[in-house]
Amino acid sequence: MSSLHTWAGLLLGWVLYAMFLTGTVSYFKDELSQWMRPELPRLSQIPDQAVVAQRVAVELGNIAPGTSQWSIRLPDERNNSVYAFWRTAPRNPGQRGFGEGNFDPATGQRVASRDTLGGEFFYRFHFQFHYMPVVWGRWLAGAAAMFMLVAIVSGVITHKKIFVDFFTFRWGKRQRSWLDAHNSLSVFGLPFHFMITYTGLVTLMALYMPWGEQAAFKTPAERQQLSAELSAFIQPGKPSGQKMPLASVADMVRQALERWGRDNVGRVTVVHPGDAAARVSVARGEAGRVSMSPQYMEFDGATGKLLMVRESVGPAAETRGVLYALHLGRFSDTEMRWLYFLVSFMGTAMVGTGLVMWTVKRRQKLPDPERPYFGFRLVERLNIASIAGLSIAMTAFLWANRLLPHPLESRADWEVHAFFIVWVLTLLHALVRPARSAWAEQLSAASALLFLLPLLNAFTTQRPLWQSLFEGDRVFAGIDMMCWALALLHAVLAIRTARQGAISQPALKPKRQAPIAVTSREGAG
Amino acid sequence: MSFLIHRVRSTGPLISRIVAALFGGYALAALSSVAVLALPLSKPQAVLTGMLASFAIYAGAVIWVFAVRSALKAWAGLLIVAVPLLPLALSVS
Repeated sequence: MSSLHTWAGLLLGWVLYAMFLTGTVSYFKDELSQWMRPELPRLSQIPDQAVVAQRVAVELGNIAPGTSQWSIRLPDERNNSVYAFWRTAPRNPGQRGFGEGNFDPATGQRVASRDTLGGEFFYRFHFQFHYMPVVWGRWLAGAAAMFMLVAIVSGVITHKKIFVDFFTFRWGKRQRSWLDAHNSLSVFGLPFHFMITYTGLVTLMALYMPWGEQAAFKTPAERQQLSAELSAFIQPGKPSGQKMPLASVADMVRQALERWGRDNVGRVTVVHPGDAAARVSVARGEAGRVSMSPQYMEFDGATGKLLMVRESVGPAAETRGVLYALHLGRFSDTEMRWLYFLVSFMGTAMVGTGLVMWTVKRRQKLPDPERPYFGFRLVERLNIASIAGLSIAMTAFLWANRLLPHPLESRADWEVHAFFIVWVLTLLHALVRPARSAWAEQLSAASALLFLLPLLNAFTTQRPLWQSLFEGDRVFAGIDMMCWALALLHAVLAIRTARQGAISQPALKPKRQAPIAVTSREGAG
Repeated sequence: MSFLIHRVRSTGPLISRIVAALFGGYALAALSSVAVLALPLSKPQAVLTGMLASFAIYAGAVIWVFAVRSALKAWAGLLIVAVPLLPLALSVS
């Protein structure tokens, strides 16, 4: 069981680490997106959602006439822009075409801001990666999550003394300390780690386990019964072909606001706008309910008449809706969001310490510590690039956001390329340098980049930290100060690594006897 | 040649367990996600129940495969669970 834990954890450990860390920062993806579009003024108060919906609806009529469907996510207290997507004629037969954009709630026009994916990049990366077909990425993420689930369950079985372990911490004892850190991080966050892994699988379960669906439903109409349980997107039927302008979207949103409360409309979706058969769905926001199950009001698009209100789904569908919402944590207020962030960060550290422990445990048993075998070196180097290197790459993504000129052809793509170019460079660096130096150097580099980022922000935007603090701009001030907190964390890790390298390197050489008292715990790892 | 036989003898059961865990476990989870349609639930709810539970079944199967004493027992366990599920799954698809 112990080796199952070790190997299930290691094999996709690097993928898991990246998923965990990018997923963790995604709890602040909307804030990151705001920070990455510094030209957009912050929302001091949420604009009237009905008015904004109408504005963007009009603009979408200009941008995407004849689209079969469009959908907009209205601004809320965490979003100062309106994200919209619409269907376009597919480039290749059989494919679906989509257009997308961010719109200014004040004007309804596309935002006059630098082209960037914002926090959305980390969010998408954490379940579908990049540079590969989306479906492959999602399968890889699913496999990694399944390995994680097995690693968690086998980890619990391995630790019979799980709660004793939690209160055990031996500082500065190398392998013991790594083990204790790994145990504490795992046990403290155990319910969360289990929940986040299982619910992560649930978010994409229709992809991973399609067999029941395929066996149960033979026709598209039947299949629609299922999708109605899962999403507020109404299925486009056939257009009538008769032109009819869309009724007032503002009125529909107002009716929804009356029902669900101020600022609590999430999404407006229209099928066949401009046709007599148009349908509008106005979906409830995510605040105040721990569920992603569809709740929406459906209107006749041509007349504006309310056709139906859907506010409940079946028990299994509601279970899925709650699990889904628990994963995303979008219902959270600020404090809850920070809790999500911190525990998820501990989960990241759990994976990271687990990866490092694999090498720490084996280093002492190496036949020749000067020339470790290939597998050992591979794990050691991949650890450096995927842990310290990822911090550098993610920070480089934010640097690219500030440094790349705009306008620039496919600028958003270049931010992403910068992330991967830097990540590959960290791997090359880890391959050519001695392991301890590589750790120390990369952690220092990450620390420096994080520390300088608020300064770069001050020089390249109109929103330096002192001004954000003065104006009470919590998003900009929060991210700038978070960079410094993370810079400090990386600096501490870098100093400890460098010191340990200087002091303990010779101490490692004499053959060490395994401490007698703890041999029974050796298996944990 | 005897070296080769020795290798197969020593790593064979491990490989067999890995296959049982990865593919056997998935097959069992998939099978149960179809068999659940035989429950007296509406189709969409049954399908979703099957999907939701499948990952627990998969994880449980993997743990089982590595917890028992031999690879043979691991496979036998998976098959014993699969046998009653199979007619249920066939009856609904």
